[in-house]
Amino acid sequence: MTHSRFDTRLGLAVTLAVTAFLIGPVLLSVSAGLTRNYFVGLDSGLTLKWVAQVWELYADTIWRSYAVALITLGVTLAIGVPAAWVLTLYPGRLARLLEELLTLPVAVPGLATALALIVSWGSVGWLRSSVAFIVIGHVLFTLPFMVRAARAGMQGSDLRTLDEAAATLGASHRQRFFDIVVPAARSGIVTGALTVVTLSIGEFNLTWLLHTPLTKTLPVGLADSYASMRLEVASAYTLVFLLMLLPLMIGLQWFAARSTRSGGLSLGAST
Amino acid sequence: MMAAPHRAAPLTSRGGRRAALAGRRAWLPIAIPAATLFIAFWLLPMAKLAGLGAATPQGMESSAYWLVVTQPRYWHSLANTVALSLGATLATLAIALPVSRFLARHPHFPGRRALMALLLFPLAFPGVVVGFLVILTTGRQGVLNTLSRALTGEPTVLAYGMAGLFIGYLYFLLPRTIGVLMAAVEGIDKQWLEAAQTLGARPWRRFIDIELPALSSALTAAGAMCFATAMGAFGTVFTLGTRIDVLPITIYDEFTHYANIPVAAALSVVLGLATWAVLYAANAFAGRAAHGR
Repeated sequence: MTHSRFDTRLGLAVTLAVTAFLIGPVLLSVSAGLTRNYFVGLDSGLTLKWVAQVWELYADTIWRSYAVALITLGVTLAIGVPAAWVLTLYPGRLARLLEELLTLPVAVPGLATALALIVSWGSVGWLRSSVAFIVIGHVLFTLPFMVRAARAGMQGSDLRTLDEAAATLGASHRQRFFDIVVPAARSGIVTGALTVVTLSIGEFNLTWLLHTPLTKTLPVGLADSYASMRLEVASAYTLVFLLMLLPLMIGLQWFAARSTRSGGLSLGAST
Repeated sequence: MMAAPHRAAPLTSRGGRRAALAGRRAWLPIAIPAATLFIAFWLLPMAKLAGLGAATPQGMESSAYWLVVTQPRYWHSLANTVALSLGATLATLAIALPVSRFLARHPHFPGRRALMALLLFPLAFPGVVVGFLVILTTGRQGVLNTLSRALTGEPTVLAYGMAGLFIGYLYFLLPRTIGVLMAAVEGIDKQWLEAAQTLGARPWRRFIDIELPALSSALTAAGAMCFATAMGAFGTVFTLGTRIDVLPITIYDEFTHYANIPVAAALSVVLGLATWAVLYAANAFAGRAAHGR
C-alpha cells in the first residue's frame, strides 16, 4: 500500500504542530518556574528560589495529595478488584448495565457529583471537615478506571476455567481469589493502580467544592497560586506537580505498551 | 469416591451448569462493598440533588427546573456551553484525524515512542493546569502578546474570554482523541484500500469513500467523549476567569455566591443528564455500527 506524498506531508506537519501546541506551553511553564525574573527573560539567570518558596508555602498540600491518592488507591483496590471479578463472571446484559452505572461519576460532570455529596453528606460535621470527604469523591471518580483495568486483565487466559478447576480441587474462595484471579490480572491491576494515583493527584473539580481550608490538596493549592502568586511561583508549583506526574505517566505508558495492542491509555484527568 | 467424578463432570452437562451457576453466585458478596459505596455516596445523593431541583427558590413562584428552562440567563449560559463544546469537538476531530492517520500509518520511525509520550503526557493535566498554560501563552504576559506587540504594536490577549477557553478545550481534548482515532485507523482493513487503489481510485476518493465510512463509529464515539468532557469542564474556566458565561461557572456561582441551592441542583441535573445522554446515544450508535459491519 502506498500513501500519497501529500497525505504523509500533511500528516507530519499537523503532528508536529500539535506536538508543539501541547508541549510548548509546558516548556514555557518549566522555564518560568526556574527563571529569576520571567519578564526580563532567561538572561536574568536560573534559580531554584521559586521552587524553594513553593515548598515553604505548599509542602502540606503535596503531602496531603499523596496521602489522599494512596488511601484512594487502597480503597479502589479493596473494593474495585473484587467487583471486577464478579463482573467478569457475569458477562451478560445486567453486568454491562452495572458497569455503565459505576462509570456515571466519570461521565457526569464532577461539579454535579460534588454538589450531590454536599447536599447529602455535608451536614455530617466530622466527615465534611475531614480528608475522608475528599477521598470519597476521589474513589467515586477513580473506581471505574480500576474496575475496567482489572477486568481487562481478567479477560484472557481462560481464567474462569482455571478458577473452576481450583474449586473442583477444593480450594477456598479466598485462595482462588488471591492465588489465581489476582496474579492473573496483575498487569491490569497495576495499570489501574497507576491510573487511580495519577487521577487522584490531579483531581480538582470535585476537590475544589469538597475541601476546607485545612484540607487543601495540591490542585487546590495550584488554583490558589494561579490566582494570587507571581507567575514564577505559580510556574514553579506547576513544575513540582509535573515532576510528580512524570514517573506515573512513564509507568502507565510502559504498561499500556505491553498490555494493549495500540498502546492506548484510557485516562483523562478532570477538566 | 462417587462424588468426585460427578463434581468434575463437564460443564455442559445439566448438573455441571447448575453447579457452575451456584459457584458464580457464591462470589456475589465480594461486590457488595463497591455497590454499597456507589449507592450511598453517588446514587442516593444524586437522587436527592434531583429532588432539590424541584424545590421553589426563595422569592420565586415556580420550581427551579422551570426557572432554568424559562429564564434567559440560564438558557443563554446553556446555549453558550453547547456552542463552545460543539465547536471545540469539531475542531479537535478535524485536527486529530490527520495526526492519528499519520501515526497509525507509520508504526516505525525513529523517535516515534518519544513523540507518542509527548502527545499523551497532557492526558494527566487537570483543567486548572491547562488554564494556566493558556494564560502563559495567550494571556496578558503571554508569548502571543509579546510577539504581537513586537510585530504589530497591538496587544493580543485571548486567554480570559471564549477564545482562551476554546484553546484550553483543544488542549485537553486533542490527547484524548488522538489515541482513540489511532486505534480505529489501525483497525481499517487494508485490503479495501488496496483494492480501491488497484481499481484506480485517487487517494482523495479512497479517503472519502472507504476510510471515512470505516471511521464513522470511532469518530462519533470520540466526538461524544469530547463534547461531554467539554460540557462539564470546570477547572479550565475557573483559572481563566470566572466571568466567562458557561454552565459549570453558572452552577458554581449559584451555589457559592448566591447560595441558591435549588437552581444549582437543577442546573447540575440538566448538565449531567445532557452529557450522559450524548455519551449514551453515541455509544449505542457506535455499537450498532460495529455490529452492522
